[in-house]
Amino acid sequence: MTPQPMVKFDGVTKRYGALTVLDNLDLEILPGEKVAIIGPSGSGKTTVLRMLMTLEKINDGVIWVDGEPLTHMPRNGGLALADNAHLRRMRGKIGMVFQHFNLFPHMSALKNCMEAPVTVLKLSQDEARARATELLQMVGLGDKLDHYPSQLSGGQQQRVAIARALAMRPKVMLFDEVTSALDPELVGEVLNVIRRLGAELDLTMLMVTHQMGFAREFADRVCFFYGGRIAEQGPPEQIFGQAHNERTRQFLSACLEAI
Amino acid sequence: MLWDWSYAFEILPVLARASLVTIQATLMGFVLALVLGLVFAILRMSRAAWIALPVAALVEFIRSTPLLIQIFFLYFVFPEFGLSLDALTAGVLALGLHYGTYCAEVFRAGLDNVPRGQWEASVALNLSPYHTFRDIIIPQAIPPVVPALGNYLVALFKETPLLSAIAVLELMQQAKILGSTTFRYIEPITLVGAFFLLFSLVAAALIRMVERRLNRIGAR
Amino acid sequence: MVMRSVVVAAVVSFTAGLIVASFAGFREFIPGLLEGAWITVQITAAGAVVAVVCAVTAGLLKMYGPWPLRWLAVAYIELFRGTSALVQLFWLFFVLPLFGVTLPPMTVAIAALGLNIGAYGAEVVRGAVGAVPRGQWEATVALNMTRTEALRRVILPQAFVAMIPPWGNLFIELLKSTALVSLITIGDLAFRAQQMNQTTFRTAEIFSIVLVIYLAIAAVITVGMKALEQKAAGAMARGRGH
Repeated sequence: MTPQPMVKFDGVTKRYGALTVLDNLDLEILPGEKVAIIGPSGSGKTTVLRMLMTLEKINDGVIWVDGEPLTHMPRNGGLALADNAHLRRMRGKIGMVFQHFNLFPHMSALKNCMEAPVTVLKLSQDEARARATELLQMVGLGDKLDHYPSQLSGGQQQRVAIARALAMRPKVMLFDEVTSALDPELVGEVLNVIRRLGAELDLTMLMVTHQMGFAREFADRVCFFYGGRIAEQGPPEQIFGQAHNERTRQFLSACLEAI
Repeated sequence: MLWDWSYAFEILPVLARASLVTIQATLMGFVLALVLGLVFAILRMSRAAWIALPVAALVEFIRSTPLLIQIFFLYFVFPEFGLSLDALTAGVLALGLHYGTYCAEVFRAGLDNVPRGQWEASVALNLSPYHTFRDIIIPQAIPPVVPALGNYLVALFKETPLLSAIAVLELMQQAKILGSTTFRYIEPITLVGAFFLLFSLVAAALIRMVERRLNRIGAR
Repeated sequence: MVMRSVVVAAVVSFTAGLIVASFAGFREFIPGLLEGAWITVQITAAGAVVAVVCAVTAGLLKMYGPWPLRWLAVAYIELFRGTSALVQLFWLFFVLPLFGVTLPPMTVAIAALGLNIGAYGAEVVRGAVGAVPRGQWEATVALNMTRTEALRRVILPQAFVAMIPPWGNLFIELLKSTALVSLITIGDLAFRAQQMNQTTFRTAEIFSIVLVIYLAIAAVITVGMKALEQKAAGAMARGRGH
């Protein structure tokens, strides 16, 4: 019996004016699954993450998280668009790491990780500090607790961003091209942290990435997006080895040529 | 009663005549400000420190001190040297000098934004400094800063009531006279305020239009 | 370049002023003028407080308030920016008593000037808050913060630093506009100057000293704001731990 999906996109459509970015998307992600999303720009990959993080509104369809609707709420036996209170409750299950880190520049690494647990989860300062310290140590920045973002390298900032997101104990972690803005020599340290998280924590992870080598080795499943739909999905061996879809093969060979 | 409509209508013609003086002072003051501003800006660009620094200090001095004091100064100081200015002239001079310093900053920004290459090309073509400024630099420096200059025109217009302090018969002075003779202040002052508000809103809309057109032209 | 010329002008004229003032002829003016200067400083300081309060309130209401309050903020901003400061001062001074509100002239002056500068300040607040990168807002959504929490803890602290230089300019404008209160017979520096001028007609000396005093106050404001900016940005830019 298949377990209930942790994330479910049910006929989801997203439009920007005349442009349809996501076209009747169906996608299921199981608890603890690590899914990599690849595809050309404009294919809707980042929109999937942003809609899950409630940064974008839905035009059609329903998104489900952990068995409950995210974008909608139960009312009178049916579903109505979610109000703010419902969104806030559901949002707590999801965490996101951004391409450009978005760390708070006026706070140290430690304070960045403490801020939301104190303000939103109402933890005490001591509890929040203990949690933040532990997470920063886990990402290898235990000696940089009092450093400000301007004093950290890109790779270090992104690791703080990961710790900050984890401090809210989400069930689903979203990674939006988290190494694309980094100098090449800093990419590895961030990928290592993600690898560790995958092994040590029981997290459902959804990542949009251009790091094909990492996706191949780390992901349980790879989804290739094209034109707002999933053109093909399957285990890495299939996608990177013998993709069924012609477009998938074209995209991957174009990527490989760039190396 | 608090507001007398018939009195308000009665004083409209008187205020309208005074508004002509306001507009006259505004336009003359602004033209002077533009000229002085350009002169200040160009002098500040001089590589000779003994020109640039004193001009910069003078500009800062005038910008950082109250216009009202400068109006008093010019109106009362010239007679001490045997030259008596009528109030309107002294007022226009003060407005032009004060807002000239603001315009100088605007022109400086505009001139700075002209790419260095334009200056170098002019040298390569052996153009005289005068012709370089007139035909090459200034035509490129001015259009982007027109909105900022427009804002200062409106600001200058709104400071013309200060001329009432030296009894120039503009809108504020007229309102004060009406108020002190009839003891009804609310109608004159409110009408004057409404006039300024109307003008500012119209001017702001015009400046936004100019800005949009310039952005469309300048966008590459 | 600007700082240098401000300092040059301030130092040169202050020294010249002191030398000139030390001559017996000018000494008689100094006490009266300094009394007036004290009034000017008080009005500037109190007006600054009023201006900041009005600006932050109106600016935030205009951006995030419910629509009735937002319209109120817009009306306030347009009204006080679109009309002349002197007209506003006169209006409040002559018309408020007719509504049964009698306030001491100083209070009216502080309120009028504060409201005037506050309207310009609202746009500064709006600009600074709007300039905070969108990524910061998105990070607060990802961390499940409410908009109020985001504003309070993340956005406004960053906007504050960006606001300081424009506010410095506005405070200097406020200082200059205090001279207007002399026209409603408040005994500030400009009033004392005019008074002395009418009795002694030594225009050049009196007004020169007065201009120098205004410049000195302006220099203090400029230096103070620069120091505030260093302190506020310090943690962000250079990363001193706290």
